[in-house]
Amino acid sequence: MTSTQERPAAEIGAPRKRKEDARLITGRTRWTDNVVLPGMLHLAMVRSPFAHARILGIDTEAAENAPGVMAVLIGTDLADEQGALPNAWAVVPEQKAPTHPSMAVDHVAFAGEIVAMVVARTAAEADDAAELVDVDYEELPPALDLKASAADEVLAHPDLGTNVSAVWTFDSAESGTGQDVDAAIATARESGIVIEREIRQQRLIPAFMEPRSIVVDPTAEQLTVWSATQVPHFVRIFIALVLGIPEHKIRVIAPDVGGGFGGKLQFTPEEVLTVIAARRTGKPCKYSESRSESLMSAHHGRDQVQKVTLAATKDGTVTGFKAELLADMGAYLGLVTSAIPLLGALMYNGIYKFPAYRLTFTNVFTNKTWTDAYRGAGRPEATFAIERLMDELAAEVGADPLEIRERNWIKHEEFPFDTVTGMRYDSGNYEAATAKAKELFGYDALRAEQRRRRESGDPVQLGIGVSTYTEMCGLAPSRWLGSMGYVGGGWEHASVRMLPTGKVEVITGTSPHGQGHETAWSQLVADRLGVAFEDVEVLHGDTQIAARGLDTYGSRSLAVGGMAVLAAADRVIEKAKPIAAQLLEANVDDLDFTGGRFGVRGTESGMSMGELAFAVFQGHKLDGSDVERSLDADATLDPDDFSFPHGTHLCATEVDTETGGVKIRSYVSVDDVGLVVNPLIVEGQVHGGLAQGIAQALFEEAVHDESGTLLTGSFVEYLVPSAADLPAFVTARTETPATTNQLGVKGVGEAGTIASTPAVVNAIVDAVRHLGVTDIPMPCSPYRVWKALQEGTRS
Amino acid sequence: MTRVTVKVDGSSYTDDVEPRTLLVHYLREQLGKTGTVVGCDTGNCGACTVHLDGRSVKACSVLAVQADGHEVTTIEGLATNGQLHPMQQAFHENHALQCGYCTPGMIMQSIDLLAENPDPTEDQIRLGLEGNLCRCTGYQNIVRAVKAAAGGAK
Repeated sequence: MTSTQERPAAEIGAPRKRKEDARLITGRTRWTDNVVLPGMLHLAMVRSPFAHARILGIDTEAAENAPGVMAVLIGTDLADEQGALPNAWAVVPEQKAPTHPSMAVDHVAFAGEIVAMVVARTAAEADDAAELVDVDYEELPPALDLKASAADEVLAHPDLGTNVSAVWTFDSAESGTGQDVDAAIATARESGIVIEREIRQQRLIPAFMEPRSIVVDPTAEQLTVWSATQVPHFVRIFIALVLGIPEHKIRVIAPDVGGGFGGKLQFTPEEVLTVIAARRTGKPCKYSESRSESLMSAHHGRDQVQKVTLAATKDGTVTGFKAELLADMGAYLGLVTSAIPLLGALMYNGIYKFPAYRLTFTNVFTNKTWTDAYRGAGRPEATFAIERLMDELAAEVGADPLEIRERNWIKHEEFPFDTVTGMRYDSGNYEAATAKAKELFGYDALRAEQRRRRESGDPVQLGIGVSTYTEMCGLAPSRWLGSMGYVGGGWEHASVRMLPTGKVEVITGTSPHGQGHETAWSQLVADRLGVAFEDVEVLHGDTQIAARGLDTYGSRSLAVGGMAVLAAADRVIEKAKPIAAQLLEANVDDLDFTGGRFGVRGTESGMSMGELAFAVFQGHKLDGSDVERSLDADATLDPDDFSFPHGTHLCATEVDTETGGVKIRSYVSVDDVGLVVNPLIVEGQVHGGLAQGIAQALFEEAVHDESGTLLTGSFVEYLVPSAADLPAFVTARTETPATTNQLGVKGVGEAGTIASTPAVVNAIVDAVRHLGVTDIPMPCSPYRVWKALQEGTRS
Repeated sequence: MTRVTVKVDGSSYTDDVEPRTLLVHYLREQLGKTGTVVGCDTGNCGACTVHLDGRSVKACSVLAVQADGHEVTTIEGLATNGQLHPMQQAFHENHALQCGYCTPGMIMQSIDLLAENPDPTEDQIRLGLEGNLCRCTGYQNIVRAVKAAAGGAK
């Protein structure tokens, strides 16, 4: 016999097909809207059609008398009970915010705000009766334009006295991390290059495919809440804090959740109101929003004006960067609305060595739907700004945009690198990712074709766009969050339970909604404990099972939650070792643990983790009261630092100079997300991220009319791209391990979105720069491209 | 109320429905066929796609009464004797789903696409799925899955 011990194949790194699929491809799913309970009542919300108005009165009589109606509730009924919705992040101590009621009492501040709620036997009866609620509004002038609102021309909340919620500044000279940016700009004006731009990050809508839905059962000992949410643990805490229900009397379940992208990282008015309806009627209650309601009332994303200035020497070496941002909060502060600009504020330096840096953001209220996290949250804005400016700098110098980047980026031998904003980038290799991307893209050949088309005056011009990005993810060290004004922590929790038959239950505090944690966490534990992938079950998203957790967002799940799972698995091994020694009658120091088996070194003697689990379950042969009769272990892990994935994206666009039409001809992304646990899942995350970033560049924008009505209120107008709108992507990876966690992983959920938007816009501008175009506002619709071409030609 | 008789996933049902009831609500709420989901209210997203007499329809754009006397297949009726339909298998093999909300509709539409064109090009697949939105995958692996299923059917 040559083979000794059969070892399970290495799971980490294997392209395991997902466990989750079995139910999702057969329709055996558990969406919140599927939940049906005996005697369940249905809710319909009445929403303000006006962006800004005073409520003079509400006549509910007709609705109350409609068939099947159990109750009609209005804000004055709930004024004491509903409390105020929370904001968890004061970016400055003096941050201002209006009270945020779940149901408006006498003032509405955006079109879509809830003013009444109907509780009825069926959803159709509730909807019918909602039509009968007669609200008397006195319209007020709405604050809509971001710049005008920042100047307090019209107040979104007259009682607040200002639209400005907070002003936050970081200055590298003041903080001692760099030099004075004004001096750098002054020098560059005299003898170098200054690039100035005003960039509009348009308002976007997360547009998860599953509309939000909530079911509340008040009949159990614990109030049970099902919610289509990314953050069941947050929801539990906030129901307790906002409604005064003791936390231990609440159970929150996020069953199958159909996407989130930050859009379900929220504690919502609808959750509060469904709890209130259930509490008042004593019956289970369900609220499921329509798509139209979702687009107008679930929080929006982005919406910033960025005034940015880049100073450089004549050869294109950057000497300073300054940004002044206006960020549209919309009408209220949601959970982390105020911190979205903050999450990008220390990343506008991207992958580069900037000697001087200052960023100021001003958070501004308007009478629009409140904004909050949307995939990337602050970092797409940062990356877009710097990557657009680097292309403009290259054009000014007359150099290749990749050359200009390389002149400024941090070299691979310079890591760890302390940036001008005080962040410590632990690792990276921008040279390797860029070289790989250039090769896959056929960079030189495409540049040659671009020259040919320019010379021949081809009506269809070719452009090449570059984006070399990094981002901070893996939210987050609790100490950092606390220092920045966030009320919560950033740790994550996991448990590993060894069942008597050798099977394993893993409980994670992360709450997946498409990310494949059941598969990836199974791989982690299978490898670590040497058990079969199929023998691991991953449980999540129910506060009764996963009692501790901080959920899924900010590309944190693997880097924080997955590492907690590994830490718990390591503790299982630690607990098992002395027990194995006892059972094997060996010295602990003589034991090896490999391939799921404890073996006594130099002998054939040994036992598998499964055998050990059964022996512990029996307890017959365990000696000593200090030996716990359980191998189960918990771990809570607080990360030491963020992780910093990076990569190089290259996009080739064909721009029809006669129509303004843009076609993406090829798109190459090379991403470095550190060690990869499951390449299938990683690739899928990159694809989806690219689609959303490209959609910002080309298609999506939430548009309001001059009265504050959302014009893009359905999927007819809000252009989520279809398969026919997107190209095939070429994706590849380099692997530079993170040094901030035991496996060397980094986040991947947001990278594609963060990187791709500037790559596309840079490519479009590059295609028509020789025609006098130096910028095109997003989304770069055919009309906008055509208009830029007309203006460029005229100038 | 109007009486309808509809065969769904091989079983026959006779029910009274409000005339305004959409097929998707009849399937979900009266028959408990919750595998078929609602993603929008304008017929754009295709999440509710089912087969009506073997051709794909958006079940939010068909009234239950229009299905009277007809045969409906949902995602729940695709697998036979525990064997996944080749398109379901292809979606799994090619990681063509993440959150899975659009998946039932996407699979039903993909089957219809291949019924119409058994050997589509990538562009034809993309055009054929234009009425089904996915927010997670960027479509790349969905296209790959449909191609794989087409290859397997040959």
